[in-house]
Amino acid sequence: MEFAYMGAGIGMGLCAIGAGLGIGLLAGKALEGVARQPEAVGDIRTNMILTAALVEGVALIGEVFCLLIVLTK
Amino acid sequence: MAGETQAADAANAQVDIIGHILDSPYIELPFVDFHHLLAGKVSLPSLELFGIDLSITRHVVIMWVASILLIVLMLRAFRKPRTVPSGLANFFEAIVLFLRDEVVLPIMGEDGKKYLPFLLTLFFFILFCNLLGLVPYSATATGNISVTAGLALCSFLVMLGAGIANNGLFGYFKSLIPSGVPPVLLIILIPVELIGLLVKPFALCVRLFANMTGGHVAILVFLGLISILQSEWIAIGSVPFAVAIYMLEIFVGFVQAFVFTLLSTVFISMAAHPDH
Repeated sequence: MEFAYMGAGIGMGLCAIGAGLGIGLLAGKALEGVARQPEAVGDIRTNMILTAALVEGVALIGEVFCLLIVLTK
Repeated sequence: MAGETQAADAANAQVDIIGHILDSPYIELPFVDFHHLLAGKVSLPSLELFGIDLSITRHVVIMWVASILLIVLMLRAFRKPRTVPSGLANFFEAIVLFLRDEVVLPIMGEDGKKYLPFLLTLFFFILFCNLLGLVPYSATATGNISVTAGLALCSFLVMLGAGIANNGLFGYFKSLIPSGVPPVLLIILIPVELIGLLVKPFALCVRLFANMTGGHVAILVFLGLISILQSEWIAIGSVPFAVAIYMLEIFVGFVQAFVFTLLSTVFISMAAHPDH
């Protein structure tokens, strides 16, 4: 039980790494797409926000579980 | 050792992070309690029906405030329709037009006009709750998982309703499973697709809750550093950071309301037209 805080901290960091990588890759590719084809910016923006929300959702679920570990330790 | 516990106790007494985040049976009002008899807290009536606790809590009051503000502002803005909107009507019309022309109609097609009132209501209610949460002495109703679960449930019911109305009860549940798979695979596919159906509202609910709670915890942690580290000089660094996150929270309030609406639109559209 003493390791609960440590586990929650490490889990939080891993969630942040995953979400950061995912959203970074996503935004990079989206910007490349906009640079190649500026007229498609509307479609790309909508799809990018949609996918970013899905990536972020998984990370946030992970963060909430980390919070639960700390609170119900 | 005793000094450490004392310091920790002092810090806990000064920064009650969980107390700020969670729901509570009282509201905090700035100018009511002049003599500090109630510690700035005004109790709300409790109510119990059929053994279920239906007490009015802080977040319920904030939701009422958001609804009343929304009704009053919308009526004021659109009481007299004008071709050239001004002031408040301009603000609302810009948002409504953006959501209609950039989000709902391109995703759903002409069909989207039926769902537009629901989606716009969802957007404005979430936006008002998010922004009211940033007002001092207020609370974030959307930072309560029950509130977001209720909103996600509304969205889920509209999703199911759209799917069943367009494809029939049997047709809708049949469309969840890809056609032409061997019958053996159905043993795996049916549970997986059912979970996939239920994950959508769950993700909507947790995303909004976690975003609103996370931002507020970040602000409180930055301010709490002052009392945790027991030095007023920390304020030089932590207050600007807290203000920066506060500004970010205003943006996040808009983005999360938009994301909730966008994802609801996509899910409803996927349920209504399972082919694409």
